[in-house]
Amino acid sequence: MGKQLNVALIGNPNTGKTSVFNALTGLNQKVGNYPGVTVDKKQGVCKLSRGVKANILDLPGTYSLNASSLDENVVIELLLNKNDKDYPDVALIISDVETLKRNLLLFTQIKDLKIPTILVINMSDLMRRKGIALDIELLEEKLHTKIALVSTRKNNGMEGLKQLIENYKTISIEPCLDTTIIDEDYFKSLQKAFPNQDIYKLWLVITQDANFGKISRQELDISRFKTKSNQELKHLQQKEAIKRYQFINGVLNKAQTIDRSKATGLRSKLDRLLIHKVWGYVIFFLILLGIFQAVYDWATLPMDIIDSSFASLAEWVKVSFPGGGKVTDLIAEGIISGIGGVVIFIPQIAFLFLFISILEESGYMSRVVFLMDRVMRRFGLSGKSVVPLISGTACAIPAVMATRNIENWKERLITILVVPFTTCAARLPVYLIIIALVIPDNSVMGLSYQALTLMGLYLIGFGMAIFSAYILDRILKTKHKTFFVVEMPNYKLPLIKNVLITVIEKTKTFVLEAGKIILAISIVLWVMASYGPGDKFNNAESYVNKNSTFQSNYELNDQIAAFKLEHSYIGIVGKTIEPLIRPLGYDWKVGIGLVASFAAREVFVGTLATIYSVGSASEDEETIKTRMENETYEDGTKVFTLASGISLLLFYAFAMQCMSTLAIVRRETKSWKWPILQLTGMTAIAYICALIAFQTLK
Amino acid sequence: MRFTIADLKKGEKGIIIDSSSEDIPLKLLEMGCLPGNEVHLLQLAPFSDPMYLNVNDSFLAIRKETAALIIIEKING
Repeated sequence: MGKQLNVALIGNPNTGKTSVFNALTGLNQKVGNYPGVTVDKKQGVCKLSRGVKANILDLPGTYSLNASSLDENVVIELLLNKNDKDYPDVALIISDVETLKRNLLLFTQIKDLKIPTILVINMSDLMRRKGIALDIELLEEKLHTKIALVSTRKNNGMEGLKQLIENYKTISIEPCLDTTIIDEDYFKSLQKAFPNQDIYKLWLVITQDANFGKISRQELDISRFKTKSNQELKHLQQKEAIKRYQFINGVLNKAQTIDRSKATGLRSKLDRLLIHKVWGYVIFFLILLGIFQAVYDWATLPMDIIDSSFASLAEWVKVSFPGGGKVTDLIAEGIISGIGGVVIFIPQIAFLFLFISILEESGYMSRVVFLMDRVMRRFGLSGKSVVPLISGTACAIPAVMATRNIENWKERLITILVVPFTTCAARLPVYLIIIALVIPDNSVMGLSYQALTLMGLYLIGFGMAIFSAYILDRILKTKHKTFFVVEMPNYKLPLIKNVLITVIEKTKTFVLEAGKIILAISIVLWVMASYGPGDKFNNAESYVNKNSTFQSNYELNDQIAAFKLEHSYIGIVGKTIEPLIRPLGYDWKVGIGLVASFAAREVFVGTLATIYSVGSASEDEETIKTRMENETYEDGTKVFTLASGISLLLFYAFAMQCMSTLAIVRRETKSWKWPILQLTGMTAIAYICALIAFQTLK
Repeated sequence: MRFTIADLKKGEKGIIIDSSSEDIPLKLLEMGCLPGNEVHLLQLAPFSDPMYLNVNDSFLAIRKETAALIIIEKING
């Protein structure tokens, strides 16, 4: 093993930090978690010459070392803790050509912590077109640093950057500013109290305490040093920013020339259209429509392939290992179908995130935030809630995680709580079969009733999300101040590499997070469905044989399977809850489906297939449909009518039937209180709506 | 009469005089909403909220309630 050194990438959001990370590490990267917080930790390895390896850490984007979110907090915690195993040997500040001034604020702060720092200026290929000229030598001299001009788009300058990283020891650690000018007396007394500590580090520890309250104070006992009020500290922080900009402006006045006439009008031209008071909304609506159309259209084929592959795999296991008994069954029916239930959603989720990351990379998403903020705020949400709500139509899990950049805790919490109302991909198979069953296959003015119902269900889900946000906004009381600052980045063509890496990451998160819970519950459900107490379960064959008239072997086996399921543990649960769900129009068989759906909603269809003993005839929709159509109560009335169908659709639209989402919500809110509220609240709404629907329609 | 960013109309400019109110997020100051810097109001969302500004070479959107805390002097022209 050769030498290793730690490199941290630091920079404002939207400066191409991730592009530099991707260019340095290629696909040689992994995503983990910082201990105790759910911030993604992106690490990768970059090989330098002579066997030296650099561990590259891509820190969350931040505008300064004054953290205002959990993500930003990670940056400062690392830079203040020299004992951290990831503490950088060298820091790279990534800036782009146009936002150099703002990024230098962060740069001077890092310099003042006496960390060797390289300034990386990205998008250097655009300099001439933007009319910007830089005197690199002068900048290096004034800022006591080395500068790498790179272009991740053209793949320029990366070798030079690698060389600079390798020779990091030659970089000056002289600070840019004499930080004591912030408040000389106060800084002097601080230094006297902690003579061995770096003065700027002390200042950061103190102000972070005022800002965030969560940063670990490490070895310093600064509590007795809080001689200044929070307001005074904030005032000093403002003074710090002013002093830093004075220094930066002094440097840039000499080293940078900008020819404003060269500035292209692309931004203002696109903005005029994309955030127009009317056209802006029309375009956003059309884009959404296009995305949904594509997601459902393109994902159908891969989903069908996955579905049939897993079915044949399970069949193959059963045929190949017939002697395995219960173990073979567990693998074929529990584990393989459990994994299949997760994998089948990958195409839709991957496609949705493909579009979302293209919109984000291009800079359009910030415009959506701008357009929607006022509307969303009326419902206690933020413009930044739009992205999670759109993501929620694929899966609530990545959607809940996408709420992290909402600064205001109350708006973030409400977004998390209402996101599961949006129609996720798992509801779709349930909707499709029930709609096919109870909604007439007619059309009005060329629009089919069935398609209209499906669209209605999407709207109802979104409507309920907005409505409950409105209610929650009035109920929840928090002390957090609202604040909202959105950067409006330049429009740019998305880099395919960045987009693809994001898609892979998000999909992986879904598979790992949701996957393990869905798999675990699939196994539990399989056990409950495969075992039962008493004679009726264990001797099902003789019971069925006794009652049966002449039947084919297949039919007989199906009858036995159905009889067993009725008397298995899960069947008993279904029968126990029957009195509770009868007013909604469901019998105990539907009850089993409801119970099974707690793992994941889409399990409903498969479970019904088994209950209605069409197991061996494959999960062919037509077969199940016919069987369900003919299902009657003892008195001969049909189980699935328009009333019970609508009631079931509404129940699935509103109920919280996803353990994985609950687990994620608990992780993101750090409390069981919110997922429990979500579970009870949503299930209550679902029950009441289904009850009203059935009782009025029947 | 004292003007704030919230009083600017689309396309108008001003110079920041004071941004020391406690309710202004620090992030906004760090992005350049500091005394002496020029603000240019680029666009407004419906109901004039949020407001889309260019200040200190940063392009950003803030809510009207925050904009009303930043005191400016209007530039005519």
